[in-house]
Amino acid sequence: MNKIFLIIWREYFERIRKKSFLVMSILGPVLVAGGFALMIWLSNQDKTEQKVLVVDESMAFYKNIPDNDFIRFYFPDVKLQQAIKDFYKNDYTCILYIPYNIAQSGNAPVKLFYKKTPGFAVSQYLRDVMERKLYEFKLAANNINPDVIRNARQSIHVVNEKIYENGDSKESKTDAMSFIGFACGVLIFVFLTIYGAQVMRSVMEEKTNRVVEIIVSSVRPFQLMIGKIIGIALVGVTQFAIWLILSSVLTTAVSATLLKKITADANKQIEQKEIIYKQGSNTNIKELQKADSRLEAIEIINDLKGLDFTEIILCFFIYFVGGYLFYSALFAAIGSAIDSESDTQQFIMPITLPLVVAYMMSISVMQNPEGSIAFWGSMIPFTSPVVMLVRLPLGVPLWQVCTSVVLLIAGFILTTWLAGRIYRTGILMYGKKVSWKEMIKWISYKG
Amino acid sequence: MSLLSVQNVSKRYANHTALKNVSIEVPEQSIFGLLGPNGAGKTSLIRIINQITAPDEGSILLNGKKLAPQDVSRIGYLPEERGLYKKMKVGEQALYFAQLKGMSKADAMGKLKIWFEKFEMVNWWNKKVEELSKGMQQKVQFIITIIHNPSLLILDEPFSGFDPINANLIRNEILELRKQGTTIIFSTHNMGSVEELCDYIALINKSEKILDGAVKEIRKTYRSNIYDTTFKGNLMGFTNAMWSGGELLEKNSEGELHTVRIKLTANNTPNQLLQTVLPTIEIHSFKEVIPSMNDIFIAKVNSQEVFGTQSNYTE
Repeated sequence: MNKIFLIIWREYFERIRKKSFLVMSILGPVLVAGGFALMIWLSNQDKTEQKVLVVDESMAFYKNIPDNDFIRFYFPDVKLQQAIKDFYKNDYTCILYIPYNIAQSGNAPVKLFYKKTPGFAVSQYLRDVMERKLYEFKLAANNINPDVIRNARQSIHVVNEKIYENGDSKESKTDAMSFIGFACGVLIFVFLTIYGAQVMRSVMEEKTNRVVEIIVSSVRPFQLMIGKIIGIALVGVTQFAIWLILSSVLTTAVSATLLKKITADANKQIEQKEIIYKQGSNTNIKELQKADSRLEAIEIINDLKGLDFTEIILCFFIYFVGGYLFYSALFAAIGSAIDSESDTQQFIMPITLPLVVAYMMSISVMQNPEGSIAFWGSMIPFTSPVVMLVRLPLGVPLWQVCTSVVLLIAGFILTTWLAGRIYRTGILMYGKKVSWKEMIKWISYKG
Repeated sequence: MSLLSVQNVSKRYANHTALKNVSIEVPEQSIFGLLGPNGAGKTSLIRIINQITAPDEGSILLNGKKLAPQDVSRIGYLPEERGLYKKMKVGEQALYFAQLKGMSKADAMGKLKIWFEKFEMVNWWNKKVEELSKGMQQKVQFIITIIHNPSLLILDEPFSGFDPINANLIRNEILELRKQGTTIIFSTHNMGSVEELCDYIALINKSEKILDGAVKEIRKTYRSNIYDTTFKGNLMGFTNAMWSGGELLEKNSEGELHTVRIKLTANNTPNQLLQTVLPTIEIHSFKEVIPSMNDIFIAKVNSQEVFGTQSNYTE
């Protein structure tokens, strides 16, 4: 037992001490947060001042397109050809051309000419505004008050509530939950592949280094394998813990500053929509809609706050460790059987395939969390670490979780046992192209 | 008394037999050579003694008791293909392996210091293994093998890969360790080192032991009444005088001085030969040719080869 601790200690510290570990642990969350911040920053950056010259042949929009905070519209009396010809003489950034038959079916397209690409926000705004105007225009043409239509529309908020057999009920916040579940599932998938491959590479390194024969004259091969697997698992757990702590610190910092700005931006966008609605719209509806959209945003944040993160983290931990033990034993067996990196591919495929299947399953599980794919996927140890995590935040009966965990434990005991038998023969086998058939034979060899 | 006794050990793999009913006795405080061509089963036997693999049949006794897992701390093993963790520091690595053999950290530390000083490698302690030359790495490996003061030391091809200076260093350490009571098994192809170092040998070929015993005894048994003699005088006279009792195998003449190798026939003794030739020539030297381990090795392995083909024909 003492020797296993020695092996664990070595595997753990040799990795923890590496610079790459430190870099990954610190840089990981920083990169994620940084990427996130960059995305927000970039999306705010493309709002360069736009001066749009409108050539409106239909005359439906003449002096009737409202400006927003960065787009200004000008309506000089000029023909399209002339406008294009003089484009570079003027300081307009875009020319908006509206054909005469815009309001008829089979209309010609509206065109936006530009010097520099104006960005998505501009065309988005243009389309919104014009569609709205046309809509109101057509309603008016048919003698319908737009308010009547608007009043007829009512946004509805659907709350999902599950009723259990014993009469308990639980409101589930499906959107946020399924997102969290999916993220956890993907994270497990990534962790299992990365750390499984590390186990494999480490086993192979010891074998090709020929250090393994010295070690197995002191400890049993199984001890070496288990020690290595546990040591690397601890590295994974450490890294995960560092990430968890760092990201929670970072997100608090980010949400204190950036998030405030994001909410402010969101509000601004809502107001922008209001500008569009302003024409001929009624105040109380406006307020209602405003309240509606705010409510939705707040709700998602509240959903996230209301989530029991300790439960999710605990389950994440259990399924990470269980799934890792299940798969890394298989990876160790592969590592022991092969001599060179180039042989890895053919043997890795069958092992990573179930993981990829689990990942694909989890997409369908998100849509149908209690279907048969979800059920069986979360029971079978090959896929349960990923699939169960997707299901968990949406509420899974306790008996299913327990069965799944028991099956996973039984699964990793079986794979570890099998892997141990392949491993002890494999690590001493050199210069031989191995096949699956051969490896299965090794299982029956006497230690 | 035997320190190690291997009794009727067999080991089979899926498509070949690595060891067939092999038994050897390794006397205490001796140097025991395990000989055999490549693929004969030496490494399989060594792995079984090291408890890396288990025999299908037979048993191994250490000091009269059945080999048990905790006995690994009494055995030191230097494999033929040996390596170290490249990225790990020399000192930490040596400490790690010593602890794996069951030594306490403090004990290992103390012993390592002594050996590092002895081999003049104290300032390597904090270097990574990959920074060391091959010869330096070999010294580290040797220290790791003997650091826990094993009563049985197993060296698989210890001199392969060692440069002459290190090989000599290791040779001296082996002799020194035996003096202190260690029993040493080593496998080798180098017959010169067998004659120089080994007290006993076992020859394994095609999974079977075909010869074992004390080196001196074996060489005596295999001597075939062949003598080298140098003399001054008439070569014809010499051959005529001895014609009835011996056979001339080789001759080499330099002027009046002749060196010949002769094989005595039947029960003729060297004394009888000398009596007959002495009147005609002047003897400068007369020496029995004892077959080298190399000769015995080749003869034994080849004879089995011939036997093997014959038996194939009869099938």
